[in-house]
Amino acid sequence: MRLTRLGAGLPLLLAALAGYFLFPDYLTLFTSLFILAAFALSYDLLQGHAGVVSLGHAVFFGTGAYTAALLAAHGVQEPVTGLVVALLVSGLLALLLTRLVVVGNDLTRLLITLGIGFLMLEAANQARWLTGGADGMSDFTMGPVLGLFRFDFAGETAFFYSLAVLVLVYAFLWRLTTSPFGLALRGIRENVRRMPAIGAPVSRHLATAYTISGGIAGVAGAVLAQTSNFASLDMLGFERSAEVMMMATLGGTGSIPGVVLGAAGFSYLKDALSAVSPKYWHLGIGLVLMASVFVLRGGIAGGFTALLRRLRGRA
Amino acid sequence: MARTEWHPGRVGRRTVLLGASAAAGLPLARPAIAQERKLVVGVVLPLSGTFADQGKNYEDGIKAFQKVNGTKVGNITVETVMRDDQGPASGDLSRRMTQELIQRSRAEIILGYSFTPNAMSAASLLTEAKRPAIIINAATSVITERSPYFTRISMTLPQLSASLGQWAAKSGIKTVYTIVSDYAPGLDAETWFTKAFEAGGGKVIGGARTPVSAMEYSPFLQRAIEAKPDAVFGFNPGGDVSVAFMKQTKERGLTEAGIKLLVTGDVVDDNLVPAMGDALDGVISALHYQVELQNPANQRFLSAFREVAGANAVPSYRTVQGYDGMALIYHALQASGGKTDAESIMNAIKGARLDSPRGPITIDPATRDIVQNIYIRRGQRLGSGWANIAFETIEGVKDPAK
Repeated sequence: MRLTRLGAGLPLLLAALAGYFLFPDYLTLFTSLFILAAFALSYDLLQGHAGVVSLGHAVFFGTGAYTAALLAAHGVQEPVTGLVVALLVSGLLALLLTRLVVVGNDLTRLLITLGIGFLMLEAANQARWLTGGADGMSDFTMGPVLGLFRFDFAGETAFFYSLAVLVLVYAFLWRLTTSPFGLALRGIRENVRRMPAIGAPVSRHLATAYTISGGIAGVAGAVLAQTSNFASLDMLGFERSAEVMMMATLGGTGSIPGVVLGAAGFSYLKDALSAVSPKYWHLGIGLVLMASVFVLRGGIAGGFTALLRRLRGRA
Repeated sequence: MARTEWHPGRVGRRTVLLGASAAAGLPLARPAIAQERKLVVGVVLPLSGTFADQGKNYEDGIKAFQKVNGTKVGNITVETVMRDDQGPASGDLSRRMTQELIQRSRAEIILGYSFTPNAMSAASLLTEAKRPAIIINAATSVITERSPYFTRISMTLPQLSASLGQWAAKSGIKTVYTIVSDYAPGLDAETWFTKAFEAGGGKVIGGARTPVSAMEYSPFLQRAIEAKPDAVFGFNPGGDVSVAFMKQTKERGLTEAGIKLLVTGDVVDDNLVPAMGDALDGVISALHYQVELQNPANQRFLSAFREVAGANAVPSYRTVQGYDGMALIYHALQASGGKTDAESIMNAIKGARLDSPRGPITIDPATRDIVQNIYIRRGQRLGSGWANIAFETIEGVKDPAK
């Protein structure tokens, strides 16, 4: 298990680097894909590992985006500093919200996170003096990364910057989910009633997972705001929360490389279909999602596992 | 070709790769006749989701223009590449689409942006890439100041609401109650109506701000009626929301209470009129276009539009904006003598005069914003249906916010 996870990370990284050389015109698409993958990974720590569903995860993504944008607008233009602050702010927000979220069952969680999402959206909309309301925030400039690399038009800096963030998130989550803490989370997912019996502090574990997950989502949001020089309400909206759930499901929830592939597949599909038919591409997305649930049980990762098993059985 | 512009003097592995692939394609890529060339106009519109109908309107306008005028300007073939930005809830997507159009599709001019955030998010990108962009709709005043490459072909809300405020004060209306949607354009509308109306001697005696997607206006209208103003000024984001607003003003009996209704023209967009029906009776609105305008340019536009969209289709003011956006691009290409670099195009655009279906329009060379006639219209019966009929023209209106 451990080996396959680490093993899948290297080919993915190589594929990303190959993309840089093979498709130099698609760097912005890759960048958005890396950001979404990091966001999807943060969400999957909750759904895939701890078994906590949420329809409001974009709240943290958006908080990170606004934090980074506000920092840059008020003079702190170095992106990595922005990332760290976004991590702390979003993590803190998640910590404050844990008590509301970790109580109850899946249904109440879905409703509560949905409600928090709507509240945050409206709050950001009303706080025009801070967030620019419905117009979004674009009145800031980003400095060079670490004072060295300027964000360029072709998106090369943004490409490596977001890839670096994704690699860090990937490695951190891989380490985290294979640690005893990760095992405890899986225990909670499988049987939440039994965990206290073996002395595991369930709500503290969930609070930790939720805080980490929120913090990472904030980092992903911050990268988006920094690389696109823009923060807007949609970044905390429901659609983004729903999308991240779709990406995790498509990729295979609970599998780190699977979720990365899911995010990649989802963004590629969106881009390709919307280029083919700017009007009817939703139809294609819908069909693929439905097919993936019926045909690929366990998502892309599940499909891979099944394929490997079959190959082995034949040999 | 364009890549080297952004990285002068830089020779990296990718440049080598690119050079190699370009060399391989060279015998095929060389054009047959040296002067003939293609110009890509990148079009960014909401083509899917809630606002897809708006995207369709602009698209019809763009197609209608090319139907009348062909695809060639001199020896330049103008080709459009459309991308979907999915409406206002996706600001960063419109930026990415713009970047991809410039980089992948080699777009030299951008036309699009139906919503303010979408235009705002692309601003710094356009400045960096030095690509002229024509705003097809986004109406918040400040946008054109965000990039020197922006030009607006649509209108600004202050243009409409200040014209209406000015007219109201002049026509004997003394007191007004305002009902606007609670978001940036709504606040713009409220501010500029109030300014112009009070400058003309009127008084705004109260107001309400309603949630952007609200479908229930009875409580706000009730409060308005109790305030006993001479008129109510309304603004909301169009579509179903505006249909609901208009119908409820009728149900609540605004007219019976002796209160006039004033709205910006986008609220009673021509293509919403059939759904509003008799709620339109006597409603005063201000807009920069209407179907019934009598001028040769409008006749040409309408016949081309009906060829594209069907004989019974009703164009929106948005359709005209799409049509005029293309007209401005053609005009610029002619005026620049076929030069397509950003400076030549921008110089040709600044101060451009066009014979639009909405009447004569000019681009203010200082602000790159549109100067145009604003028509004051009254809703009345026309044949078996209802229509907004212009009864007064305010000529050459600039954006009052600049």
